[in-house]
Amino acid sequence: MAAPKPAPVIELKGLKKRYDGRLVLDGINLSLAEHEVVCLIGASGSGKSTLLRCADLLEPIDAGSIHLDGARVAFEDRDADETRRKLGIVFQGFNLFPHLTVLENVALAPRVALSLTPRAAERRAKELLKSLGLAEKAREYPDKLSGGQQQRVAIARALATEPKVLLLDEITSALDPVLVAEVLETLRSLAESGMTMLIATHEMAFAADVADRICYLEGGRLVEEGSPKRIFGSPRDPRTKEFLRRVRSISGGRRGPGR
Amino acid sequence: MATGPARKGLLVATFSTLVVAALVAYTVGSSPAWPEVQKAFFDGRYFSTSLPAVAEAFTINIRLFIIAELLILPIGLLIALARSITAPALAPLRIFATIFVDFFRGVPSILIIYVLGFGVPALQLDGVPKEPFFWALVTLVLIYSAYVSEVYRAGIESIHPSQERAARALGLTRIQALRYVVIPQAFRRVIPPLLNDFIGLQKDTALVSILGVVETFKQAQILKAASFNFTPLMTTALIFLIITIPMTRLVDRLAAKDRNAQLGGTR
Ligand SMILES: Nc1ncnc2c1ncn2[C@@H]1O[C@H](COP(=O)(O)OP(=O)(O)O)[C@@H](O)[C@H]1O
Ligand SMILES: [Mg+2]
Repeated sequence: MAAPKPAPVIELKGLKKRYDGRLVLDGINLSLAEHEVVCLIGASGSGKSTLLRCADLLEPIDAGSIHLDGARVAFEDRDADETRRKLGIVFQGFNLFPHLTVLENVALAPRVALSLTPRAAERRAKELLKSLGLAEKAREYPDKLSGGQQQRVAIARALATEPKVLLLDEITSALDPVLVAEVLETLRSLAESGMTMLIATHEMAFAADVADRICYLEGGRLVEEGSPKRIFGSPRDPRTKEFLRRVRSISGGRRGPGR
Repeated sequence: MATGPARKGLLVATFSTLVVAALVAYTVGSSPAWPEVQKAFFDGRYFSTSLPAVAEAFTINIRLFIIAELLILPIGLLIALARSITAPALAPLRIFATIFVDFFRGVPSILIIYVLGFGVPALQLDGVPKEPFFWALVTLVLIYSAYVSEVYRAGIESIHPSQERAARALGLTRIQALRYVVIPQAFRRVIPPLLNDFIGLQKDTALVSILGVVETFKQAQILKAASFNFTPLMTTALIFLIITIPMTRLVDRLAAKDRNAQLGGTR
């Protein structure tokens, strides 16, 4: 840890968010260096989705700041749309566009938001689909695909604007267990290719395996962060310990994270 | 072909319909004044003599509702979009659109036709047209743009907000998200209610007769006044039915198809 840390790609400073006067995010400080993969864990209702939506400038924040490549960005910016192109987000519920084919889903943002020619946009979409093993589904409509395939299309769609950071919000929670593996595999290879990712997840084994850093969120606060080994092996905060104990007792005989 | 139970159902339906029709015909036909009424409303001679003039005047109605519809479809969409604007700076636009819709949906059409069709030309402003056809067109466009904008708005709101959010997350502007994601999905859902309003518009073209436009209803009234026989009015009614019934069936078919598509699709 002697070398100076590289400048973060994305940085959240003192981020606070209220819904109806209730503090849902309470002073979040979090930054991701280039190529870093950070997993957000925490019980449901702890604020993971809200954090990702705020970081993606999909919602205004009440205090704090968001920095992308060192520049401050905000929901209220005139060029917030431009900033969103540099951030990719994938939702739990896929949210594919049902009236467009798989190829059109992926090509839409390059064509419309990046103003690529239709041919160039389509070429980029085809390459992405191919790299995610979806080439032969390009002409299908989303509702003809399995949940796992739909979620991988959503990942391809989010990558189509060549974002600097990919935000993923429990993207396997709506999937049958048998389909979870293929989506996690996709994320793993994205991590290997150097994609910077912030991943909210309940898949502890996956988090332990793929993350450079784990952040435990509770009640809108970042309670503890550290390497997977440290967080899963020897959590310091009693709240983290309690959460992990509960998670392990639920997952029961399944291979627990961090041994 | 119809199988056992379906065939039986069809037979029962046919039979009961015939019985009811016979009862109605008997009741009406046996009333002492029926011969008089029949002569006044359903006289074959007057039907055939009135048909050419009434049908020709109907081309005015057709012109009116086609031109009106071509204006209503885009204007209604613009009003719907104006009402869904959230930018504070453009609030006046939203407020104006809301008042517009409330007003033209809330006041009886016939009053609006009177006020605009007689009132505005009476102002004798320079450059303001005086032709009744023009004012008939303007009133129908205003009234139906208000109705149609509500149809569009309901269609836009029927698309789940997560769709717009997914589009915005990709970096599309609000307008682009509406243009490429929300409106195309909303459009399919609004076709049946749009056609319904279109049928209403066709019928309401008869209302502009009060401005002196000699469209089919006015023509029928003229013939009725000349002959003291109501049959020309029935001729007009028949012409309207010939146009509107197929459209009504089309609306039903499209609506049923849409229901099936939604049941068949996922989520
Ligand atoms: N749009 C919203 N309006 C009001 N409250 C919300 C909204 N979204 C989330 N919340 C509340 O904020 C808290 C955090 O929710 P969320 O970010 O979805 O947590 P997580 O993703 O960790 O389950 C919850 O208490 C939730 O009820
Ligand atoms: Mg969530």
